[in-house]
Parts: sequence; C-alpha cells; structure tokens
Amino acid sequence: MDLDFTQIAPSIPYILKGLGITLQIVLAAAILGFTLGIILTLWKIGKFRLLRWFADAYTSVFRGTPMVLQLLIIYYGLPQIIGFEITAFPAAVIAFGMNSAAYISEIIRAGILAVDKGQSEASLALGIPYRPMMKDIILPQAMKNILPALMNEFITLTKESAVVTVIGAMDVMRRAYIVGGQTYRYFEPLLIAGIIYYILVMVLTILGKAIERRMRKSD
Amino acid sequence: MIKITNLEKSFGSNLVLKGISTEIKEGEVVAIVGPSGSGKSTFLRCMNVLEIPTKGEIWYRQTEVTDPKVDMMNVRQSIGMVFQHFHLFPHKTVLENLTYAPITVKGISKEEADKIAEHLLRKVGLAEKAAEYPTRLSGGQKQRVAIARALAMSPEVMLFDEPTSALDPEMVKEVLDVMKSLVQSGMTMAIVTHEMGFAREVADRVLFLDDGRLVEDSPPAEFFSSPKSIRAKEFLEKML
Repeated sequence: MDLDFTQIAPSIPYILKGLGITLQIVLAAAILGFTLGIILTLWKIGKFRLLRWFADAYTSVFRGTPMVLQLLIIYYGLPQIIGFEITAFPAAVIAFGMNSAAYISEIIRAGILAVDKGQSEASLALGIPYRPMMKDIILPQAMKNILPALMNEFITLTKESAVVTVIGAMDVMRRAYIVGGQTYRYFEPLLIAGIIYYILVMVLTILGKAIERRMRKSD
Repeated sequence: MIKITNLEKSFGSNLVLKGISTEIKEGEVVAIVGPSGSGKSTFLRCMNVLEIPTKGEIWYRQTEVTDPKVDMMNVRQSIGMVFQHFHLFPHKTVLENLTYAPITVKGISKEEADKIAEHLLRKVGLAEKAAEYPTRLSGGQKQRVAIARALAMSPEVMLFDEPTSALDPEMVKEVLDVMKSLVQSGMTMAIVTHEMGFAREVADRVLFLDDGRLVEDSPPAEFFSSPKSIRAKEFLEKML
C-alpha cells in the first residue's frame, strides 16, 4: 500500500482555502434558491393559470435534466446568446440557485398543503387577507414541517457544489484535484477533500437539528 | 340581519342544500339542529361564504354576500366564527391569537389590541393563559380562546359550528357557559349543535334541517314538545 500524507501536507492549507469558495457558492445559491423557490411555490398554488403553468414547467425542466448540463449551459452556452462572458462564480450561483429553486418549491408546496385547512379557514373567517395569511399564518407553520427536507436540500447543494470543478471554480474539489496533479498523488488530496465535505455536512446537520428544536418550542 | 333566499349548495353532483330560505334577526339566537349529513354545517358556512353557494341569495344587512363582486373580507370582519376543531394558530401565543387579526386587519395599535384581548380572556376565564401556546391548553380552554379570538374583532354576529362536538364531556359545560353569557349580552348567534338541552334553553328559534331542506322553524318549546314532522320526531327520539 502506498499512502503518504507527508508529501501533500504542505498543500492542505491550499485545499482548505477552497472552503471559502465552496461556502460562498452554497450560501449564495441557497439564498437564491430559497427566494425563487418561495416565488415558484406561490405561483404553483396561486390562481393565475399562466404562472402556475410556468412554475410547473420550470420545475419539470430543472428536475428532468442533469445539474452539470445546466451549469455548462449557463457558463459556456449563455455567453453566446447574451454576448458577454460570465465568470465561474456567478455562473455557479445562478445554476445551483435555479436548480435548487425547483426542488425547494416542491418541498414548500408540500409543506403548505400539509398545513391544516382549518388554518386558512380560520384566517378567512377573521377577514385576514391572502398576503398576511400566507406570510404570518400558513408559511411559518409550513416551514416548521419542512425544515428537515429543506436541510436535506441544502446538504445536497453543498455536496453537489463540487461540480463547479468542471467550470474551473477554485473550490475544495478543484484544489484537491490540482494538488493531485502536481504531486502525482491523487488518493490523499481527494481523501482530504472528502473529509472536508463530510465535516461540512455534519455541521449543517447539527445546525439543522438545533434550529428544529428551537422551532418546536410551541409544541 | 342575515336573510337567506332559496339557498342551494352542491359539491360536484351531490346536492347538499336544496333551497333554504330563512332570516336571522338582530339579537336573535338560532339553533340549527338535524341528523349528521343534513347540511347544517354547510348551511352555516354559507353564511360567511366559507362555502360559495351554488344558487340563491344571502344578504347581510344591506350587502348581498353572494354577489361575487362584494369584498367578502370586509363582511367577514363583522361575522365571527367558531369551529368544531378550534383552529387556533398553533405558532402564536393565546394573546397573539386574539390580537393578530385586530392589528393586521383593523389596524388598531398593539397596546389597544392587547387591552381588548386581556379583557376578553378575563371574560372567558383564561387571563392567566395569555402567554401560553395553544398546545398547552385543554380542549375546553382552546374553544374558549377561539370564542375570544372571534370576539376580539367585535363582530355583530357569531356563527358556531358544533363548538362542543370535539370536546371531552367534562369540558362541554365551560364552553356552553361562555356561550350563555354571550347570549345574555344580546349577541346575534347562529349555532349548529347537538346539545339539545342547550338549544332548548338559549335559542329563540330552532331550525331543523333534514336532507338539505329546512323542515321546521319553530320556537324551542314547540319544537321539543310537539315537533310537526315525522323526521323531527324520529330525530328527537334518538337524541333525548
């Protein structure tokens, strides 16, 4: 067996620096995905047929094609249409955000449908208009129900973000790969990248559980 | 106050209300009784258009609420409703349950809403529960909060949809007591109920629904001692 971490040990800080890029992409994509996801959900359950159709079609397309293809279309394909280059970072955020929005909108929709119909009836009976009802009564309850599923989606996003390697963003994955190329040792740097992702996911999991506990205070 | 003419309601091909006409006058307490599946809840829910009538007219004061152009949100503010399963907002405290709609819909200040809410909670005997979440309350307490929540909008009519049917027997009385004090305050009320003793005691009129039709409309003394229809006789024999 040929395992030697001493050779790549000096490169560990270099790989770790990718964590910043990974986190930035994931965070920005999560915010974008969540915002778009809520809008898509409201369209899906709303009364305007055209918006409903669009939101359903959107979800269908983004779930029905590979993530890496969406990323490549935005990074390599889109400049041809819009006439200017997109750098790796915004391309990654847009691709992951839009992809994630499709999944998140389905999660939130299920969460809203799971809220007891009596809640909207009670709101109607009190004369509460649609907007505040959604914002203050229905969505907060839906969010509590879907937190585990939402957390799961963010974890998937974190792991999937490694795909940005293909467009050359200097994330953890890319850096591990470069170190491998420089030292002709791939196993060790990739293992380290794996450990970094795993710790990241564990931290997210613990964070999610903590938020869940806090939101349960009314039970 | 509420005038109903030829009200029909169907769900799909199922005709639930088959032409009901009646009127509820200001200050009147009307009990709506009948076998399950007779359409009493649907009838009540049509009054504030939680169910959209298929045919017929409902007038609330000078407003035709069945007119699709009418802003129901406005009308609903003056029609309070209490549900069988309470439907309190579980993520809000008892006090917030009472103050949310007045602040959001009527735009009154938080201080004033709090004051009204505290007063109402005292009235239903739950002042000490203001800071609790609904899940910490018993069924009877929840329903009293739900009544207080509806009252916080200072409605002119109160609709009750089987308010004690989901309660354990020992909690029925506390809710009925609150409702009785509401009757004494002169509130206009329509109550779908299976509590015959209560209906007999507080109602000015009893409406007996059977199979989507208004079969009897009489004062309680008359309805309970000498019902006119065979259906009502059979129903009362089973209930009493």
